[in-house]
Amino acid sequence: MLAMNYRGPYRVRTVQRPMPEILHPEDAIVRVTRTCICGSDLHLYHGMVPDTRVGSTFGHEFTGIIEEVGPLVTNVKVGDHVLVPFNIACGKCNFCKQGLYGNCHESNTMATAVGGIFGYSHTAGGFDGGQAEYVRVPYANIGPTVIPPDMDPDDAVLLTDVVPTGYQAAEMGGIKEGDTVVVFGAGPIGIMAARCAWFFGASRVIIIDHIDYRLEFAKNYAKCEAYNFKSMKDPVVFLKKITDWYGADVCIDCVGCEAEGNLLQTFTGKVTLMQAGAATALQWAINSVKKGGIVSVVGVYGPPFNYVPIGNILNKGITLRANQASVKRLLPRLIEHVQSGRLDPKGLITHRIPLEEIAEGYRIFSSKLDECIKTVIIPSTKP
Amino acid sequence: MNIQNEDFKNIPGWGMDIDPDNEPTYPIKNYTGDDHKRSNYEKAEQQPLNIELLKSNERPQNSVVFGTSVPPTGLSGMIRRYAFRHSEDRYRHWIPLIMADRINAWEGIIEDLKKGTIPDIAKERGWRSEFRHNPAGMIAKAAVMLTIGSLVVRHLFKKK
Repeated sequence: MLAMNYRGPYRVRTVQRPMPEILHPEDAIVRVTRTCICGSDLHLYHGMVPDTRVGSTFGHEFTGIIEEVGPLVTNVKVGDHVLVPFNIACGKCNFCKQGLYGNCHESNTMATAVGGIFGYSHTAGGFDGGQAEYVRVPYANIGPTVIPPDMDPDDAVLLTDVVPTGYQAAEMGGIKEGDTVVVFGAGPIGIMAARCAWFFGASRVIIIDHIDYRLEFAKNYAKCEAYNFKSMKDPVVFLKKITDWYGADVCIDCVGCEAEGNLLQTFTGKVTLMQAGAATALQWAINSVKKGGIVSVVGVYGPPFNYVPIGNILNKGITLRANQASVKRLLPRLIEHVQSGRLDPKGLITHRIPLEEIAEGYRIFSSKLDECIKTVIIPSTKP
Repeated sequence: MNIQNEDFKNIPGWGMDIDPDNEPTYPIKNYTGDDHKRSNYEKAEQQPLNIELLKSNERPQNSVVFGTSVPPTGLSGMIRRYAFRHSEDRYRHWIPLIMADRINAWEGIIEDLKKGTIPDIAKERGWRSEFRHNPAGMIAKAAVMLTIGSLVVRHLFKKK
């Protein structure tokens, strides 16, 4: 089968690889119909996540058709068209039982800080991902969810990560009716977080980025205010000023470890790797939120450490909430939002690229070329 | 607050998920009390271990399932084995892993050459798209690289 293959920082190609096999009685083999390149794949692509081994296949957002199931799989059957949450979750451990599917204790041997994730380095379990024609899906009774017959497959594939992560970012902000919410990062997750902030009763949603075409897209898609921080002398002062010198009620970091906007962080975090990337967005979020406000983090930060103004968290009484999205917990509500037309996930898609040209897809997304917001990869074996 | 968008209540879905109970510990941690049972929960059967698997030393047993995509090999594999002797709390876990990743990229090139494959770096880096959509930027990057390269060569030549 054809699969994406990581060869080192900024280098990927498509190769022939052996077909995946059932390795556990609760496994399924899925023939991929849609997969995406996620913003967090770029951290792998840039070589920022430790234990990303040459030869790995990325891809944690995918839909597909069940081709084969292990003897203990009962919730899905061969032929079902499913969307597969990016978390690999057992459904039985104490964390899964609490709805913390992103923190499953039985899907990642290599690290205790994060659960298993498809195609996301050995730090997240060493599983092959969905940027391939076929993929092994462990715990097939838990994750894979049959796509409702009236749902567009392009909407379904975005329900595997982008929509739940954006929604959970807003949810973790504890938004109350009338709140002002600032979202850092106008990538697909940031745009979705801004859109979902309205569901929780925000009265003002502001998005901050440094690329004009993304801000324009966010303004139209998420109906929010959009500002380019490169046009500001100081983004934190700007945000204080437009919130009556008070600060936002909720700040959401949808950027993670490769933020732009601070020379010192860029040098220490991205150029010399003295810290694991630049935590500028998190720093701005903490410093832009009101006293007693909430900072919600879904941007990916890798080990070993980042420069974070922890003293300010104490002094300001900030509540900091962060997690990988627990996709399975959120899916029922999000499917309702999509089916009712309140959410239009496929509206984020700007590019469709065949699996054979995935290197071009990574370059376009990584370098923000051709006004790219979201790329869908279509394997040639699609039905 | 200085509200800019007065029509926000007309945005489809506005306010549909307002939840007065969404305070900072809910519903992300939907407490069940099971935490106090620690590892005493029903587990699926263990995935058979038939590859070399590196395990975090912060847990006594392997997780029930695990990935088998790329077992450790070569020099990078030796470094990774060293890294996994130390916990996720230590630099001596993460820094060797980052080093191993860089070495692994070179091992990949050597592996290709051994198989008689010359890596198509331009294709793997997607330069065609960069050139199509950002020719000025690409020419500027090439000029910078060329200048740095020629300065290095010139410096080496002078030394001789």
